[in-house]
Amino acid sequence: MLSHLRTRKNPPSEEVAEASESPPAVRLRGARLSYGQRVLWRDLDLDVAPGEFLAVLGPNGSGKTSLLRVLLGTTPLTEGSVHIAGEPAHRGNERIGYIPQQRSLQDSLTLRGSDLVGLGLDGHRWGTGLRGRRERAERVHDALRSVDATDYAKTPLGLLSGGEQQRLRVAQALVSDPRVLLCDEPLLSLDPSYQHRVSGLIARQARRTGASVLFVTHEINPVLPVVDRVLYLVDGRFRVGTPDEVMNSETLSELYGTEVEVARVGGKLVVAGAEAEQQHHVHEGGWT
Amino acid sequence: MNRLADALSRMFDLGLTGELLGYPFVQQALLAAAALGLVSGVLAPLVVTRRMSFAVHGTAELAFTGAAAALLVGFSVTLGALGGAVLAALLLGLLGQRDNERDSVIGAVLSFGLGVGVLLLWMNPERTANKFTLLVGQIVGVSSADVTLLGVAALVVLVITALLYRPLLFASVDPEVAAARGVPLGVLTPVFSLLVGTATALGVHVVGALLVMALMVTPGAAAIRVTASPLKATVLSVVFAETAALGGILLSLAPGVPVSAFVTAISFGIYLLCRWIGGMRINRLTRGSAAATA
Repeated sequence: MLSHLRTRKNPPSEEVAEASESPPAVRLRGARLSYGQRVLWRDLDLDVAPGEFLAVLGPNGSGKTSLLRVLLGTTPLTEGSVHIAGEPAHRGNERIGYIPQQRSLQDSLTLRGSDLVGLGLDGHRWGTGLRGRRERAERVHDALRSVDATDYAKTPLGLLSGGEQQRLRVAQALVSDPRVLLCDEPLLSLDPSYQHRVSGLIARQARRTGASVLFVTHEINPVLPVVDRVLYLVDGRFRVGTPDEVMNSETLSELYGTEVEVARVGGKLVVAGAEAEQQHHVHEGGWT
Repeated sequence: MNRLADALSRMFDLGLTGELLGYPFVQQALLAAAALGLVSGVLAPLVVTRRMSFAVHGTAELAFTGAAAALLVGFSVTLGALGGAVLAALLLGLLGQRDNERDSVIGAVLSFGLGVGVLLLWMNPERTANKFTLLVGQIVGVSSADVTLLGVAALVVLVITALLYRPLLFASVDPEVAAARGVPLGVLTPVFSLLVGTATALGVHVVGALLVMALMVTPGAAAIRVTASPLKATVLSVVFAETAALGGILLSLAPGVPVSAFVTAISFGIYLLCRWIGGMRINRLTRGSAAATA
């Protein structure tokens, strides 16, 4: 068993310092998730501070998406505890916003951006929703404006670019004013220029609202400028720390159990040696 | 051909149509059609978004089987159709939860149900004309008791749909985020199948089992061609379904042609028109957004 690098909490900016009294946005204690004999991760202790941006990295099948499902309350932990903003994780948690991959909207012509954002606000509620329609419209409009999407809010989603769709996804996730933003590969299949813009937007909006971000990705470079800490999962083992603490040859070699070389090339991190596992970016299963 | 020309020449015989409108059985048929148009119009956009057209077809076939069984034992045909449709919804829900399996499950269940229905009709000593109507519909068969039953069933479906609408829409258009937000997809799918099954069973009486899709699918498919707003699509779909159902009956009165011929023709006409309008709309929108990003 490897010794885990535990880093002190480091609030990323002054705006959130005043919120340091409140409980961590995400707290995992002694968390283990296994399917039969296969252990995805174990002994996971993690505190994510309000406003913190945590990138979740690792090869396919390392349990990144499963971690999000544990936080969403749709997959129970095998062992240990998980709290969101001080209360145990549960299904339908209104304190969580969720941003999926872009491809989920690819050819949807039966919905507009404003509808998508509206569903993010009250799509999970039963009843007719006839009361409070004006307030609803205002909140949807505010969310659309905060991501600069008002211009195409009435256009069928399938006709928008991937970047525009993900902007709407950010608004959809933030409209309910969540404490935690869970992002599952939201940059996948986006052009590189959009990748930077979307990750920057997510980070800015999260800072503005004080929400923490757990950002699952197989590619750290687009989010490197905004990341506070990294959770790197490999084959049941993990490391938590700042990008410098985790993304170095020594730590990753230890984590992968093989020679891994990390180099900085022109402001980008290049990881060599872990390619075999990283090549196949097939997303781990859908929602069933 | 002569028969068709003769019928068409009487199609706009307003005097005869007006006279027929005075009969209670015609009024009952119109009431039944209005209830059916409302329910199917509301459900159709969701049916299309959820890719359930084939499931509607399969459910209608089993509703036919149920109706045929009811006819044989002298039970209410509407209740028989309802029973068959509910059974179908449950079967399809149980066997076809996986997306890639749904299609073949429906095909298998549908053909067996249709076969059983044919057997049941063959066992029936009644005149054949009566049996044929289960497949293609008839209006003279709608009794006032049927209208009450149809009305109550339609009301129940509408109220449940209204209460479930937001999660249902969320789960239909954006299942991944809906699941993350705690919408119970596994519960909503069979519940929606039951709603669709009930509506389909109502349709068997008016347009017949084979043609239920003209009201349960086509109006929704037409509506989502011309608007991306779920609310507008639902309103348009109801208007289209009512136009087809009521218009079909009115036009069929004087010539005495089966109702379903007109219902399906109107429904299909609206669909073609909406495809054409929708094509122009998409062209305009894509040009617009290309100009905006340029």
